[in-house]
Amino acid sequence: MVATLRPKSGPPRSYRFPEFHEDVLPNGIRLVTAPVSKLPVVTVLVIVDAGSTNDPPGKEGVAALTAGILLEGTAKLDGAELTEKFEQLGTSVESGADWDSAFAKMTILSSRVEEATMLLGYVLSDPAFPEREVERLKGERLAEILQLETEPRGLADEKFSEFLYAPDSRYSKPDEGTTASVTALSRGDVDAFYRARYRSGLTTVVVAGDMSRDNARALISKAFANWPSGAAQDRQLVAAPKTVKRTLHIVDKADAPQSELRVGHVGLPRKNPDFFPTLVMNAVLGGLFGSRINLNLREVHGYTYGASSYYDWRRGPGPFVVSTAVQSEVTAPALREILNEIDRIRSARITDEELSLARDYLDGVFPIRYETTGAIASALATLIIYGLSPDYYSTYRENVRTVSVNAVLDAAQKHLHPDKLQTVVVGDAKSIRESVAELGLGDVQIHSS
Amino acid sequence: MRIPVETFHLDNGLLVTLSEDHTAPIVAVNLWYHVGSANEKAGRTGFAHLFEHMLFQGSAHVGSNEHFELIQRAGGTLNGSTWLERTNYFETVPSNELALVLWLEADRMGDLLPAMTQEKLDTQRDVVKNERRWAVDNQPYGTMLEKLQELVFPASHPFQHSLIGSMDDLSAASLDDIAQFFATYYTPDNAVLSIAGDFDGAETRRMVTEYFGPIPRGKGRPPLPSMSLPRVFGDRLREVVYDNVSLPRLFMAFRSPVFGSDGYYATSVAGAVLGMRKGSRLHRALVRERQIAADAGAFTFDLAKGADLLVVDVTARPEIPVAQLEEEVEREVDLMHREGVSKTELERALALIETDLVASLQSAGERADRLSMFATYFGQPDLINEQLDRYRAVTVEDVNGFAASQLGENNRASLLYLPRESVESETLLAAAAGAT
Repeated sequence: MVATLRPKSGPPRSYRFPEFHEDVLPNGIRLVTAPVSKLPVVTVLVIVDAGSTNDPPGKEGVAALTAGILLEGTAKLDGAELTEKFEQLGTSVESGADWDSAFAKMTILSSRVEEATMLLGYVLSDPAFPEREVERLKGERLAEILQLETEPRGLADEKFSEFLYAPDSRYSKPDEGTTASVTALSRGDVDAFYRARYRSGLTTVVVAGDMSRDNARALISKAFANWPSGAAQDRQLVAAPKTVKRTLHIVDKADAPQSELRVGHVGLPRKNPDFFPTLVMNAVLGGLFGSRINLNLREVHGYTYGASSYYDWRRGPGPFVVSTAVQSEVTAPALREILNEIDRIRSARITDEELSLARDYLDGVFPIRYETTGAIASALATLIIYGLSPDYYSTYRENVRTVSVNAVLDAAQKHLHPDKLQTVVVGDAKSIRESVAELGLGDVQIHSS
Repeated sequence: MRIPVETFHLDNGLLVTLSEDHTAPIVAVNLWYHVGSANEKAGRTGFAHLFEHMLFQGSAHVGSNEHFELIQRAGGTLNGSTWLERTNYFETVPSNELALVLWLEADRMGDLLPAMTQEKLDTQRDVVKNERRWAVDNQPYGTMLEKLQELVFPASHPFQHSLIGSMDDLSAASLDDIAQFFATYYTPDNAVLSIAGDFDGAETRRMVTEYFGPIPRGKGRPPLPSMSLPRVFGDRLREVVYDNVSLPRLFMAFRSPVFGSDGYYATSVAGAVLGMRKGSRLHRALVRERQIAADAGAFTFDLAKGADLLVVDVTARPEIPVAQLEEEVEREVDLMHREGVSKTELERALALIETDLVASLQSAGERADRLSMFATYFGQPDLINEQLDRYRAVTVEDVNGFAASQLGENNRASLLYLPRESVESETLLAAAAGAT
């Protein structure tokens, strides 16, 4: 009854990543504009080289707190008034910091973008950091840390970083800080961090959407006219591993119905010559639904709802990690399958079918990633933050398509390190301890959660 | 802003909606089946969702897991989801792969059963049980949806039971159940197919007719038991759950007018005034000013039958007594119930809702999903273009009318999560009290 022959693909239509332009404004701010007029919306994204890797030792979390509190008051308007003004214009500004950048982002109808951007420029240029709001946001962060104690996924991620990196590495502590470091932060720390790093030489504004390059240039020049000039040195990043020996950490959660698993090691920086082969290699290993790890753990064994692997791309070497949650009873066999898959992709070439699945997916899905002004703005910010070439997006698909099975094998042998694997299990130590200890995952350390 | 909408029926009853947009070589296909957990029979909670998993296990001409592979190989994204009233399946692909997607969807709508085996069912049952452990049992507040359903709907009501299902019911599901559910609900006359993005209208109609046309119409679906519900709960409902959580969290639900009605839009605006973003009343009062909450928000279930739910969601800051949390949330709700909202608050809510709506329609997948939703619930996909006008038509009086009639004490259901340790401290207190 139904047509039995699978239809063939039609001729592909060409696609180009939205055209964009780079300007430097008179006061030194970089401006990147991508006029896209599909719908009457614009995204304005301000990025400042003031991410968490610039937190001074002992003040972990100050970058995130500073970015988080930017919109909480100026000399003339308090946080509630500012929030009300933006929201009356139909937008809210999301601000924060990750490892490599601080950001403030809003998406708004183009009819209201000028008024909102003028307000945004004014607020970011003259934040008051009211004492009361500093203390409130610290309190909210402390509540978040407390919540992690009962949230196995977040807890596993956090413990994995802690066990992965040397104690003096900024990456060993959460980007938003620990209970001790956040408690100790003061308004003065925030103010000092802001004055040191929120400067034109470290700032880029991205405008993507229904606005021309000329209009964006005029608007941003006016809105950010009072942005302080200058630059600052980056803090030296330590990203050494805590140990090069396999270690197995069990974070005890009595009677947990599942074990949250994290298996991996220190990965490699975002900007590296093997980026594309490593991307394709990871897609085959654990990056796709049809990847080896997911098919093995989920579809063959039914151990889990999902399993994946990824490189957490940062300026410095972020983690490589295999991540899943499995029924407690199968913790040991699931870990064994993960180890087998890491070994297997290093010991023999992947098949042509596997290569084409990964390549065709990454190539084909490219246009689907940039449907919205928000996604386009974030993609352009990535270029700036990681110092990628301006033709990165126009050559991306070609770079993916030319990865070979040999390049994948090289990447696996070079960038996967089974001998250095660190394993974290958040689960019921009593019932799993014995079976997982036999896997050769290194010394077993048991932690209370 | 209007998006183009074209609609037609196939002879077998399949409702098809098309919305062209050639700005990028992308097309989204979205299929809604008008079946959800509400249609499950007794002893088979979780079946609609388990069935959704089985739809990715192959069909007459598609191998196990091949659906996922073919779409990803084509450079597409895909998934499915199950809700109380519907199940949907969706793909976004490069536009030259539209035929493949239509063919895959038609193959599983027309000819699923030859691919179903006991082994696949057993594996997916394990996967779903692990999904339950992951999303519900081993996740703080993860039981919220099923606890809330149980609290606010009467025992016989189709919305009352768990969507993810109980472990026992999942264990009981059989291949016979699969065959029966498929024949009853996965029929063209119980589905809506929406296509949005870069495609040729005439060619697409031809393909849809070729692939879906031969699938026979269903034999009709059993009627649901009565869905209708009184306008308010009548009593105050309250349940306390001691769970493995760090902070107390209160979900307070109000019965509200069904999705799509005028009353729904007023409810939605009331919800936005209460809990949408940082300028909302709850955030401003409880998070910013009084600092007793770590977070506050509000949302609606968007149920199109019986009655909808508006839910307020507030998490306590550490050290805040739970009685204070409850009191202060009640106080905010009382205030809106008694005094209503201001014009300024209404305008803030509408401005935010408008931006979100326009921004979300940038995505082809989102357009297709909304077309399917309006077509499935109301037979009118072009309601997608009326949403904004419906919101703009909401007046202060409409919101105040809702607040006066449905935020009162006779229409509040509180689901309160407390850290498990507090049971022990309460027991100790009780023991201490008993000893004196």
